[in-house]
Amino acid sequence: MNNNKLLAGICLAAALGFSAQASAAKTLVYCSEASPEGFNPSLYTSGTTFDASSRTMFDGLVGFERGTTRVVPGLAESWEISDDGKKYTFHLRKGVKFHKTRNFTPSRDFNADDVLYSFNRQWKKDHPDHKLSGGSYEYFNGMDMPKLLKKIYKTDDYTVVFELNQPEAPFIANMAMDFASILSAEYADQMRKAGTPEKIDLEPVGTGPFQLVNYQKDAVIRYQAHPDYWAGKARIDRLIFSITPDAAVRYAKLKAGECHVMPYPNPADLKEMEQDPNIQLLSQEGLNVGYLAWNTTKKPLDNPKVRKALNMAINKDAIIDAIFLGAGVPAKNPIPPTMWSYNDEVKDDPYDPVLSKRLLAQEGYPDGFEIDLWAMPVQRPYNPNARRMAEMMQADLAKVGVKAKIVTYEWGEYLKRSKKGEHMSVLLGWTGDNGDPDNFLYVLLSCAAADGANRARWCHEPFDDLLIKAKRTTDIKERTRLYKQAQVIFKEQAPWFTIAHSKVFMPMSNRVVDYKIDPFGGHVFYGVDLK
Amino acid sequence: MLKFLLTRVSLVIPTFIGVTLLSFALIRLVPGDPIELLAGERGIDPARHAALRAELGLDKPLLEQYWIYIQKVLQGDLGVSIVTKTPVLDEFLTLFPATIELSLFAITLALLVGLPIGILAAVKRGSWFDYSTMGLSLVGYSMPIFWWALLLILFFSVQLGWTPVSGRISVLYWVEPVTGFMLIDSLLSDEAGAFRSALSHLILPSIALGTIPLAVIARMTRSSMLEVLSEDYIRTARAKGLAPWRVIVIHALRNALIPVITVVGLQVGVLFAGAILTETIFAWPGVGKWLIESVQRRDYPVLQGGVLLVASVVMAVNLIVDLLYGLVNPRIRR
Repeated sequence: MNNNKLLAGICLAAALGFSAQASAAKTLVYCSEASPEGFNPSLYTSGTTFDASSRTMFDGLVGFERGTTRVVPGLAESWEISDDGKKYTFHLRKGVKFHKTRNFTPSRDFNADDVLYSFNRQWKKDHPDHKLSGGSYEYFNGMDMPKLLKKIYKTDDYTVVFELNQPEAPFIANMAMDFASILSAEYADQMRKAGTPEKIDLEPVGTGPFQLVNYQKDAVIRYQAHPDYWAGKARIDRLIFSITPDAAVRYAKLKAGECHVMPYPNPADLKEMEQDPNIQLLSQEGLNVGYLAWNTTKKPLDNPKVRKALNMAINKDAIIDAIFLGAGVPAKNPIPPTMWSYNDEVKDDPYDPVLSKRLLAQEGYPDGFEIDLWAMPVQRPYNPNARRMAEMMQADLAKVGVKAKIVTYEWGEYLKRSKKGEHMSVLLGWTGDNGDPDNFLYVLLSCAAADGANRARWCHEPFDDLLIKAKRTTDIKERTRLYKQAQVIFKEQAPWFTIAHSKVFMPMSNRVVDYKIDPFGGHVFYGVDLK
Repeated sequence: MLKFLLTRVSLVIPTFIGVTLLSFALIRLVPGDPIELLAGERGIDPARHAALRAELGLDKPLLEQYWIYIQKVLQGDLGVSIVTKTPVLDEFLTLFPATIELSLFAITLALLVGLPIGILAAVKRGSWFDYSTMGLSLVGYSMPIFWWALLLILFFSVQLGWTPVSGRISVLYWVEPVTGFMLIDSLLSDEAGAFRSALSHLILPSIALGTIPLAVIARMTRSSMLEVLSEDYIRTARAKGLAPWRVIVIHALRNALIPVITVVGLQVGVLFAGAILTETIFAWPGVGKWLIESVQRRDYPVLQGGVLLVASVVMAVNLIVDLLYGLVNPRIRR
């Protein structure tokens, strides 16, 4: 009997010891907002998917320094750009290990073949895996890669060359984007031979700081730290995404200690979060801009002086107080202040209804005119309440005699119709992809985009020339000069009423150490620790 | 009985056609384009847009699309999600057990609490118990699930810390899905404490989802009992000198239960509707949340397939209830 008790005691002690060891593993729980669409970042476009794939499990040739938009070496240790700006040579890092999983044990380190596989799969229609998992590579296409790329080849196992059809300075920033994540060619080969090629997208293998343990749709994603990560093992041992779609419930989970970090808090909860001694509330200006685009192809908005006058009629500060509840800064340029080449010398149009009315009269509209004002049906990071914002603008415009009729459509329809230019003025915005000013200015305001993402349908040659010149040179000083000049022209020509750059808030437990808000709106856990 | 069975089963066919047609037509009548939604503010090149539409078969005339869809459905192919690119049936089968588990718990709770309340309220008609429970059940019936669920979370999980906030099991446990039912799978797994965790996660969502059926069952039982209790045969039974509980449970309840069974059957549809909200709030990985997302994303195959599958389940349950009812009450069979 006594012996039995002793044995039981030993077993118990052993069990306790084991569980103490198990709980000593640092586990960070992140209450994410939705399920990822999948785990191959080149196939999808949502930030939720990137958080769960590229930002945890994969690396690109280059990456962004944590918490900044600065491009830093990733799987490529260094790179050279030819003088004509058309040839990029990447020197790959040696000794980089892929994840070892249930299905796959890598027999070799990362090399040039993996780079070729990852890009050719997206680019070449005859690639054996091109059609795999639906085979639509929207970001690769959206960033115009098929037009841009001429040739990709390796000169040895650790050198890859990208030849372009034309010089494109933002190319290097594109390479840091999620779609340019590097997959394992060896794993793809093995899975293809085993007759299960789709596994490469479902049970991903990357070189990133975390590797997938398991996933249950709409419930949980589990990762463990990649023990051989080339930049050093992550400071946490396990990372868990607890999928929680409702913001109020995420906050309840944070308060109850069921998760450590939550994204997208309700603006109304921010005050309470700030006062909670157990919660730290980080915030940073997001890489975004909210704007009202004037359709410059429709009368009388084709007249820059009229547009300028309208810009003076709207009370921006009142909008920021009422709609952003203080979580936004007034925007005067089309690019956010955290972005390089931001021109702080540009002066915003003052709020001056009297002057606005006088200017309109000078242009032949003493009694104003009628326009429509489109309000988005959805909440976006750059615009928390477009409907209310439109109503405030409507009231302001009425004061200078301009009758604005508020129009709205279902989101997909809204995007489609505004792209076709059916509107006179439309509320919209943008969140940056790669930290390059080109990604705002060229995408949203160039002549090439005038029947697409350029909702102002504004094509102004002097402005466009500057953007094209800036694309063709890789000299950052010269590019900065050109973009600063472009912002001056933008302000004079007033194709938009620039509204605000919104702040991003990240509430988290006090135990979380070294979390850095990602300017691209992502959620990155490498480098984060728990105390 | 066979004729009754055949008549009931044959009614399923027009219902099936109606459901496929409605789910197909409604989502297409609502403006919106899945490709535009996926592309977002970035937009998509018109040529690429056209190519993708062709790939998804959205460029064909609507009638032809419907015809292709029906043909595929009859072959058991519900299509592939536009967003996740996984087969609709696979996604449904992974998520559906969670919805069943939650619904079963909710309806069991509603029955266990609703029936006795209804009986007691009828027996003690006009007492404070009758008034207060019936008043409360009216409140329960009219309570918005969304608000009620948040209230439960804030009180029991955040204030008192008694129950977990959301999810099916603590994220620290990994239970290999075998049956898809977390309670069974957690028992089968060797993770100590997993079953307890799964059970505790069921409490609040079951209460939130079970409240409306509970109120309906309680009220239905009460009125049905009152009707039966005033029947002559009950008076006879009492006059015979039978024990009061025997009169109530054996003589009255059995007959009073018939309309209650029908209501319970009908509540299955209500449960699925309620599951949509409950699952979203409690981050419960079931089909309700999945369907809502498919509407938002205009994921046509998921919505069509999901609605069809859920409707099939509701039809099947109602068919079974009807058959049971026929079995219990011979008058219906005629």
